[in-house]
Amino acid sequence: MKLTELKAFTPARVIAVSDTSDADPIARRLREIGFVDGEPLQVVGRGPFGADPLLIQIGFTRFALRRSEAARITVELAA
Amino acid sequence: MSTLNIALVGNPNCGKTALFNQLTGSRQKVANYAGVTVERKEGTFTAPSGRTVHVLDLPGTYSLDALGADEIITRDVCLGQLEGVAVPDLIVCVADATNLRLHLRFVLEIRRLGRPMVLALNMMDAARKRGIQIDTAGLERELGLPVIETVAVTSEGTKALIGQIDRATPAAPPVSPVETDHSETRRILSATVVMPTRTAKTDDALDRFLLNPWLGIPLLLVIMFLVFQAVFTWATPAQDAIEGSLAWLGGVATQSMPDGLLKSFVADALFGGLGSVLVFLPQIIILFFFILVLEESGYLPRASFLLDRVMGAAGLTGRSFIPLLSSHACAIPGIMATRSIPDLRERMTTILISPLMTCSARIPVYTLLIGAFLPNTTVWGFLSFQGVVLFGMYLIGIVSGLIVSWVISISRREKREYPLLMELPSYRFPNLKSLALGLWERAMIFIRRITGIIFTVNTLLWVLVTFPGKPDGATGPDIDYSIAGRIGHFIQPAFDAIGFNWQICVALIPGLAAREVAVSALGTVYSVAGSDDEIASQLGGLISSQWSLATALSLMAWYVFAPQCLSTLAVIKRETNGWKYVAVTAGYLFALAYVAAFATYQITKALTS
Repeated sequence: MKLTELKAFTPARVIAVSDTSDADPIARRLREIGFVDGEPLQVVGRGPFGADPLLIQIGFTRFALRRSEAARITVELAA
Repeated sequence: MSTLNIALVGNPNCGKTALFNQLTGSRQKVANYAGVTVERKEGTFTAPSGRTVHVLDLPGTYSLDALGADEIITRDVCLGQLEGVAVPDLIVCVADATNLRLHLRFVLEIRRLGRPMVLALNMMDAARKRGIQIDTAGLERELGLPVIETVAVTSEGTKALIGQIDRATPAAPPVSPVETDHSETRRILSATVVMPTRTAKTDDALDRFLLNPWLGIPLLLVIMFLVFQAVFTWATPAQDAIEGSLAWLGGVATQSMPDGLLKSFVADALFGGLGSVLVFLPQIIILFFFILVLEESGYLPRASFLLDRVMGAAGLTGRSFIPLLSSHACAIPGIMATRSIPDLRERMTTILISPLMTCSARIPVYTLLIGAFLPNTTVWGFLSFQGVVLFGMYLIGIVSGLIVSWVISISRREKREYPLLMELPSYRFPNLKSLALGLWERAMIFIRRITGIIFTVNTLLWVLVTFPGKPDGATGPDIDYSIAGRIGHFIQPAFDAIGFNWQICVALIPGLAAREVAVSALGTVYSVAGSDDEIASQLGGLISSQWSLATALSLMAWYVFAPQCLSTLAVIKRETNGWKYVAVTAGYLFALAYVAAFATYQITKALTS
């Protein structure tokens, strides 16, 4: 599923980040900051308007991602 | 002994700047790299061996991928490929010990450059508190380079690092065979680090509360309200003291002087001019104190998170919030703070609207006009009407800025949204040393303005209103015969439609250099125009009897928009590397100012006649 569909405080793992255009700079940056295969993550907060942006805990870091950015990330529930 | 050049590199939020401050203290200078708007921070310190160490604080980046100007600079400096910057003898890579999963990957990327380097494991105190165990010796073995534990916020915590820097420079680390940095990071982490929990409990608890979808925005508003409340109430005693002591100094200085040109110059241009602007220093310092505390503690990035959608509606992202908040103290540091916005076009839009935020230089103009023309009544039983109007002026500035930004966003050809993708750092207690340094920097920016531009302008204005003197036998007030009076009369027809009289036009000329000068200029115009000093200090009463309400409101509307600040335009030129944005900013703001003043004047005139 997409990261945008993940429920809050549900442990999950990254499967992949997909480019929405050729050499998508946002996808590249997402991979650099740790959104790579197998990395555990959680949604730990949502913005007050339209649940946007999302606050993502990945590794030991928290990132604010807009839903459009988070939609590039596919995840699976952690077993 | 030879000088040693070291460069600090690291991810954003690794505590690199705190480390830099701790190493170099106040012996720093800030400039830009030639041709780009990337901040160049340098400083020096003397190592125990007596050797001078020259420290370059490179911009915080997530990678050397050269996506942005910051990354290109960092990479080129490390490789010694940037003209005018000596190749560093030693790279000090700074990593947050509580955030190694992210930061270690960057360490591996720096290591691949094949330059002599050491790793500073920063925030070791926070790591220990969270029960994180790091096998430093193991990490040294795995990475093949010296690893030093540091606590950047105490002088004790950087001793080991200084000792390491002072020793012989280590050999360049081995360049690892090609493997992905992420898998290598995981391997090293699992071999050397024991991490009991992935997150800090305080962060979890505070974020649940402060970023709560229902509570978050009300809490943000309450915090902002308290900050601005404090700015105005705490600043008053300090402002009174500054005004009082300058008046006293002026009195002492002119006491023994004979009446004449010199005395008039010292009293009006020197002390009067200086006093009229120095009084904002307390407000600016208090506002920046709070901004720095909120930023250092980690709350401001949360505010950006909460407001991202609001800013998004205006075509920006939450990242613009911090520069725009700073612009409420002064647009200059606000525009400089846009450096943290990675997207160039979002940054330019933020720079364009920064001058619309109500900076402290507008306050004296607003308070003079509001105090003179609006009734001091109470609304809803507890709010001062004048206070509500002043608050309204702030709102008008913010809303106008967002509208302008929205117009820019819909007129852009490419409809892509700007990326947010922002790290929210751990909460921490603000460090006193960083706070003091930050406040010092900003206070100096302001004082340099006064002593430079504003002082020059006041002197020039004094010359303009004093010469040529009244011819013998003439009957009108002195200023009518002066150069300023003639210019004022000459340009007044252009401002007739917005209700400005020639005295305002005279005051606008020096007011082009800096907004607040207009108040002292009005004082000069009216006092030179034949009234005595007592009346000059009662400027409010004087203008309220001579101007119409429509004129006063029109001047206020003018002040919301008019780009009357040479320093702001100068900093826009510096930050954008050219005159184009200066011309665009000045052009659109003057046009808006004239239109807004015109509408205000004509509507008020129609309603009050």
